[in-house]
Order: sequence, then structure tokens, then C-alpha cells
Amino acid sequence: MSIAVKNIEKSFGSFRALDNVSLEFPTGKLVALLGPSGCGKTTLLRIIAGLEFADGGQVMLDGENASDRNVRERQVGFVFQHYALFRHMTVFENVAFGLRVRKRRDRRPEADIRKRVNELLELVQLAWLRDHVPAQLSGGQRQRIALARALAVDPRVLLLDEPFGALDAKVRKELRRWLRKLHEDLHISSIFVTHDQEEAMEVADEIVVMNQGRVEQIGKPADVYDRPATPFVYGFLGAANVFEGQVEGSDLRVGEDLLPLGGKEAPDGATFKAFSRPHEIEIEPDSRDSLGVKARINRILNVGGMARVELSGTQGRNGSTATHLYEVELPREQLGTMSLEEGQIVRLHAPRLALFPSAPPGTVQ
Amino acid sequence: MAAAASRRVLPGFGLTLGYTVGYLSLIVLIPLSAALIKTFSLSWEHFWQIVTAPRVVASYKLSFGTSLLAAAINSVFGLMLAWSLVRYSFPGKRIIDALVDLPFALPTAVAGIALTAIYAGNGWIGQFTEPLGLKIAFTPIGILIALVFIGLPFVVRTVQPVLQDLEAEYEEAAASLGANRWQTFTRVVFPLLLPALLTGFALAFARAVGEYGSVIFIAGNLPMISEITPLIIITKLEQYDYVGATAVATVMLFVSFALLLVINGLQAWTSRRMGRAR
Repeated sequence: MSIAVKNIEKSFGSFRALDNVSLEFPTGKLVALLGPSGCGKTTLLRIIAGLEFADGGQVMLDGENASDRNVRERQVGFVFQHYALFRHMTVFENVAFGLRVRKRRDRRPEADIRKRVNELLELVQLAWLRDHVPAQLSGGQRQRIALARALAVDPRVLLLDEPFGALDAKVRKELRRWLRKLHEDLHISSIFVTHDQEEAMEVADEIVVMNQGRVEQIGKPADVYDRPATPFVYGFLGAANVFEGQVEGSDLRVGEDLLPLGGKEAPDGATFKAFSRPHEIEIEPDSRDSLGVKARINRILNVGGMARVELSGTQGRNGSTATHLYEVELPREQLGTMSLEEGQIVRLHAPRLALFPSAPPGTVQ
Repeated sequence: MAAAASRRVLPGFGLTLGYTVGYLSLIVLIPLSAALIKTFSLSWEHFWQIVTAPRVVASYKLSFGTSLLAAAINSVFGLMLAWSLVRYSFPGKRIIDALVDLPFALPTAVAGIALTAIYAGNGWIGQFTEPLGLKIAFTPIGILIALVFIGLPFVVRTVQPVLQDLEAEYEEAAASLGANRWQTFTRVVFPLLLPALLTGFALAFARAVGEYGSVIFIAGNLPMISEITPLIIITKLEQYDYVGATAVATVMLFVSFALLLVINGLQAWTSRRMGRAR
């Protein structure tokens, strides 16, 4: 089913949770609403579900305006972060709940209900827990049951609110893959909310990045990661090094240092913020007339697949006294050949920079 | 056991158990067994004759009947009161919240006199109900009203915290699965509240059975009609019939204990069924 929201506005008191949000969700796809806490992603999901009502704007389900329709009538499956399983019912009864509360004339015969519930329990691979109560289940099992319960009513759309948020890292990873696979089998239009960019990248067909009640960028995971539309998206999707300064020819003047822009065109004199991922930065030895941003090595972490070097800028940022921190990742073999030491002064180069215009230094943003 | 106890973060199993037993003995068991022992000075026939006297039997029926009914009424309206105190905000909510506890604090005799004054034939409410043929004061209905009054806080105060902890998520989940409001309440919310409600019921019932002060004013105390068991006991005491008083008290003790055991068993069963360890 197609889902769209148009010009959604929502405030809680003086707090603006959603600010004129319009989105179209592709049919049959798994879309992630990604953003930091308080960005409005859960509120948007609840408005789509009908658990919350917008102050303005429309929710379109299958091209129909469903803004005034109750959650009961929207036929959406909703999965809660803390599962919200009915703890006085067995797993079986939890899944059967949606089928049993139907109006008498729509209700299927008991045998059908049993058959459907058993199918769903097979689908989430937990048929053997049929007669247990939720308290006897692990977190991952509870969330799978919650999903089976939501699927029981044949929802037109599946909405998941931080579905893995309450689980530990390992179970989380397992469940992510499992959800992805389930989605490939069922192809039901799904939206899930998360604050974990890794989770969004791994699971979603499409990512909607939100910040402060607004949509920052929409796109496929790789596009969003490789071509972030705003500084916020760049910073939110992974570790980022930020250089701020004014363009001087083919370089960026960062304090007293010059950082080559690597062939990027930018108007002379304009102020930019240049972003670079840790693995995209190169470390070079410091010599008097060389280019690159001067930094001191604070720490070398030679563990794992990549070695990590933590550095601090040798000068205050924009004249302030706070030192700027950088992070560089490089293959461990390369680190071995470079003979770097903690305390050493080096120069940083960034061949791949993402440039975003910023207000000139000194002005308040 | 000792080894296991010493590995706990907070020690003191022996001390607390000893204290619990000692304290309960001093405060509860010894006085109650005194009543039992006194009863044993009676022959079985004599005991049976005292406790099955028609006037006494009528008082059991009245005491336990009105107490159960009062506890049931309190469960319904206490739940409603707790619901509105937790779920809605309205002006004067804090005052109403404080008013709920008043029956705890008020001397029961004051409550009894006040209720009598209101429900008597010339009282504020009684003057309207009496012409309609509904006599409240000096009848079992009056007793019921007094017992409802004193039992109200128990249900409200046991249900309130549970209701506060009950996340709206459960209701939202039920609604998203297509349940209407009535189904959401009866199938989801009510079963989750049931253990607390049963506890409140048991407390309200226990309090009502033992109530004396407020009831004797409004009851009229007519033998066979509106005479409660505690009053029978007092009457016997006033006639220096200590043995008779303890005999009736013993019966009351056992019936109350049996009923409370059943209610507590029910409460334990419902809460076990939903797996307390969430």
C-alpha cells in the first residue's frame, strides 16, 4: 500500500516536533526513519499509525485521506519498542488477539484462527513457545511475537518503533537480518524508526534522515552515506572530521594552514565547512613549507582491522581556545611503515572532501 | 541456607525472620490464641449452642453479607475513582486525591454519626428517600453505606499505583489490532488490574468485617435485622459473658481467615498467570 504524508505539523506545547513534513513512502519497501532522539521520527510514525494526530496536514493511505481515521480503522500493524505484549495472555492468545476482537460477522471460525496463528508462529520460528507467557521469553523472542501479532491482522502497512532498541547488540544484529529476510518474503510496505545509522543502512531499502522536526535527506543507504545533502547528515551517518575555513584558490585556509581542496571548485573567499571520514584522511610528516592541517598525535590505537589515530589541532578553532579533535583510520600494515609516535606533529590531508557553505567565522549560527 | 544468605548483598535473614516471627506473635498471634484458649473452656455442645443461636447466625449473615457487598461496590467505584485520578487532570484533582484518605483518618464514630444524621428520616438525604419507601438509616442499607464509606480508600490506593505504571502502550497495541474501547478495557486493561483490585477488595472486606464504630450508630441494632457480629460480641462482654464473646469471636476469626485466604489465593493465581517477573 502507498503511504504519504503531506505538510504534517505537530507541536507539543511550545516544542515543534514536526515542521511541515511531506513524504511519500514507496509501496512494498522497507523505509527507515533515521534521526537523533527528539527529531520527530517517532511522532511521525505514530501520526501515520493514528496513535497521534497532527495539528495540520494529511496522512494519505492508498491515496485516501486517512487523517481523521482512528488507529482501529487504519489497519496498520504497529510494533512497539518495549513489545507491549499482553502479559496475562499466552503467546498464542497474544497473536490471536487481533483475530478474536473482530466483529462477529467478520470473525473467522475458531479453527481458521488457530491455523492462522500457528502459521504466524511458524513464520517467526517460535511455534514451540505457543503456550508460554511473555514473562518467560527473552527480549528477542518477545519482539518476534510482537511482530507476529501485528501481522495477524493482515495489516496494509507495518510500522515499527525502534523495534530493536531494547535488545543487546548481538540479538539486535540477528534480528535485523531476520527482519530484512522476512520483509523480502512478505513485501509488505514497512516503515521503521531508528536512531542507529548502522541499523538503518543494513536493513532499509530507503532512508529518511530527520533532524529537529524536518526531513534532511531521502535516499538509498549508499547514496545517503556517499552524498550527504547537509552537514547534519554527514555528521550523523558516521564519524566525521570537520575543517572550517575560507577558500584561497585551490586550498582552504584553516587557521594558519592550507588544506588542498583536491580539485573541488569553490568561489574564492567563501567560508566553507569541509567534511571528511576518518578513513579518507592521509597523514604526512610535517615539513616547514608543506600543505595540510597541522595536528599532534594524541593516541594510536592499533587494534582491530583498522588502526585508529587520534589527533588534536595545533591551534584553536576559529580563534577559540578549544582544540579541534581529528580521527584517522588506516590499515595496520600502513601504520607499521609510517613509524608514527604519540606526541608527534604531522600534517593531515583530505583528498575527498565534502564541502558545505557555512557562515563566516565569528557569526553565530 | 546460611552460606547462601551470607553471600547476599544485604545480610540479616536470621534477624529479620526472628523479628518477623517474634513481632507477629506479640501483636497478632498471642492475643488471638488467647481468644481461642478462652473458647476451649467451653464444652463443644455449649460452644455450638452459643455460636449457632439464631440471633448470632443472623448477625453472621449480615456482617459477612454486607461486608462482601460493600467490598464489591468499592471495587467498582474505587476503580473508577482511581482511573479518573490517574488518567485525567481536572481542577481540584489533588483535593479529591486527599479526600480519598479521609475515611482512614476520621474517627469511625464521627463517620457513623455524620452518616446517620444525613440518612435518617429527617436528614438531608433521608427526607427524600423515606417518602419513596426507602429507609436507609437503621436498616442493613445503612450498614452497607457505612461499610462502603470506610472501605473506599483501600481499593483506590491499591489500584492507583498499578494503573499509574500501566503504560498506554498496551491500550495502543490493542487498538492497533482492531479492538474497540470495550474490548480494550475488558480484555487488556482489566485483567492487568485484577490482582491489585483483588488485593483492594480483600483489604476493604477485612476492614468492613471488623468495623464497629461507624456501623452501630447507623445500624439501629435491631436483633435479627440490623445487628452486626462485632456488636453481639460487645453485648456479650457487657453482660460479663466473656466465654460467649470469645466463642463468637473465634467463629468470626475463622470465617474471615478462610475468606481472606481464598481471595489471596485468587490474587496470587492471577498475578502468577501473567508472570510477575516481567
